[in-house]
Amino acid sequence: MTPGAATNGHALRTRTSELLRFATAGSVDDGKSTLIGRLLHDSKAILEDQLEHVIRTSERRGDGYVNLALLTDGLRAEREQGITIDVAYRYFQTPRRKFVIADTPGHEQYTRNMVTGASTADVSIILVDARKGVIEQTRRHAYIASLLRIPHLVVCVNKMDLVEYDEAVFEQIVEELTDWTARLDISDISFIPISALHGDNVVERSLQMAWYDGPPLLYHLEHVVIAPDRNLTDIRFPVQWVIRPNSEEHHDYRGYAGQVAGGVLHPGDEVMVLPSGQRTRVSAIDTFKGSVDSAFPDMSVTVRVEDELDISRGDMLVEPDDPPAAARELEAMVCWMGSDPLRPGARLVIKHTTRTTRARLEDLDYRVDVNTLEHLPADELALNEIGRVRIRTGSPLIVDPYARNRTTGSFILIDEATNDTVAAGMVLAAR
Amino acid sequence: MNPLHYELSHLETLEAEAIHIFREVAAEFERPVLLFSGGKDSLVLLRLAEKAFRPGRFPFPIMHVDTGHNFPEVLEFRDRLIAELGERLIVASVQESIDRGRVVEETGPRASRNRLQIVTLLDAIAEHGFDAAFGGARRDEERARAKERVFSFRDDFGQWEPKRQRPEIWSLYNGRIRKGEHVRVFPLSNWTELDVWQYIAQERLEVPSIYYAHTRQVFERDGMLYALSPHVQLIEGEEPFEASVRYRTVGDMTCTGAVRSLATTLPEVVSEIAATRVTERGETRADDRVTEAAMEDRKREGYF
Repeated sequence: MTPGAATNGHALRTRTSELLRFATAGSVDDGKSTLIGRLLHDSKAILEDQLEHVIRTSERRGDGYVNLALLTDGLRAEREQGITIDVAYRYFQTPRRKFVIADTPGHEQYTRNMVTGASTADVSIILVDARKGVIEQTRRHAYIASLLRIPHLVVCVNKMDLVEYDEAVFEQIVEELTDWTARLDISDISFIPISALHGDNVVERSLQMAWYDGPPLLYHLEHVVIAPDRNLTDIRFPVQWVIRPNSEEHHDYRGYAGQVAGGVLHPGDEVMVLPSGQRTRVSAIDTFKGSVDSAFPDMSVTVRVEDELDISRGDMLVEPDDPPAAARELEAMVCWMGSDPLRPGARLVIKHTTRTTRARLEDLDYRVDVNTLEHLPADELALNEIGRVRIRTGSPLIVDPYARNRTTGSFILIDEATNDTVAAGMVLAAR
Repeated sequence: MNPLHYELSHLETLEAEAIHIFREVAAEFERPVLLFSGGKDSLVLLRLAEKAFRPGRFPFPIMHVDTGHNFPEVLEFRDRLIAELGERLIVASVQESIDRGRVVEETGPRASRNRLQIVTLLDAIAEHGFDAAFGGARRDEERARAKERVFSFRDDFGQWEPKRQRPEIWSLYNGRIRKGEHVRVFPLSNWTELDVWQYIAQERLEVPSIYYAHTRQVFERDGMLYALSPHVQLIEGEEPFEASVRYRTVGDMTCTGAVRSLATTLPEVVSEIAATRVTERGETRADDRVTEAAMEDRKREGYF
């Protein structure tokens, strides 16, 4: 999709806006695809050939209206069966921001897909059908959003047209969900009454709901402040790759390449190398265009240090005063994505930042009922279940609690036999 | 970038993500390769590879699948660019696959080597033992691509199975494969056509001349303008004429259409892209028009 059309034909300045990633999740009939179609359509990110395709297909299927949901269904099976497989990514742009939508379906594989789509999201959008109110799925969405610590939650109360744009209906949903989310760890939550089908409060302010004085959804997405969501306090720099040209021109060059996962690095800063614990100072921060004065999340840079140390992939440069743990025992929440259940004693591979090592599941403390938040005793975690586990690793990992840093606090588990990614993990504590 | 607020622009964010992907692949795979077409997306890939690995050399060669039906301007540009970069180029030739009997040339006025490339590409991957291949595909290009992972796993037949994709969580890519399997890696997954052009403008990248408006002998077929060339037979009633055109995508001369344009400079091209009402593949690629799922079907077979 060419997002430029969102500018109504005016060329964008070359240096534009921030990037905002948001995740949507929901079932076939809650209007999620219609909402995305509406956002793309009203921000003019849908182009003529795409719209023609939707119109043609809607007619052929006998939908009776332009089915904007067809825009997001990419694969043959999806169009034929009217279902959505897996996570789909969509893009659009306004003069203020570029948006990446991770659109996840709500049926089977629901938790796995939502975790995948939401893992990098700045904003999570939850749709509530105004006629049905808060249902089990709504609570499940909110729980997963809080588990993954998506900084901003937006609840769109959809199909307001079908409840005569009644403020009382909206207010009741707001109240009920506010009570529920008080039990979760959510820092920012907003509620917007919309009709995706008619476009009320999606891009344009609704004329039907004068009682609502907040912004429409798109305005909210354009203005929600995301920069402070990154951890700018604790320096975390996982080394990905060592650059050693060994050429005439760069004979002694030795640079540590990676993407900043936390804090702000400057030349001259003292850093500690983990797991060795050696200290040194940053001598330069290089990019292709030359050296820079600072590096912060999520910049990809190359760091040089003053001393000749043995530093390689999997090591991490960190703040010396408040270093993370170099740990072999993790307590974590995991979302299990494997088709065979996870049981204590399981042997797996763990990938954490740039380090991959072996892992053994020592203990399964409990499983979470994602609908009630109850902790239930469990012998195993089945596909799409979430639980608290203890893991022992083959070599030390340099970890923070996920609550402190989404990059250094997260990991995946891989099945050695199939090579499949079978779990997403979030560190609670480490030693 | 605004040093006071530690914020990145959207292009800087996309760039940092792509560099991260390049370095992960270099570190975790034994024999990566970068697939280069001469098109704008692969030029952006080369610049990102420079950003990821300079002052070192690329830890992989560059490979071009040459259909023999390429625009001559693109081949000339390719050779000059690779020489300037000082990196290694491998050319895999569809003509050779035909000569060796691996594939059979299509015939007739609509004959194209687009589909034949799949065999040449998979043969070259097997011959060199490549376990990861960078490509310039973007998710905004096409509906099937919107569903594809950054690390797109291919079995030992090179096939893509959309229902069996690995979940990609955070930026923790799982690159573990068995012998004979490989991964296609798409660092530009989250870029759009406009992002690519804005980046070309920002980085002042040179692109092949056919991306700018030029006068060319063309003829009209199926609502698209094709270049008159020795590789395409005219159908009765098709009359060549001269027009000012440019290309939005660079594929084969046999399946890539031109658009009417007067945009001769980069800012003019960016303005045109920003104002366009049709997607690049919808407007200029016959290979995607064969059926509704033309791209999905070719991807399953091992296409780029």
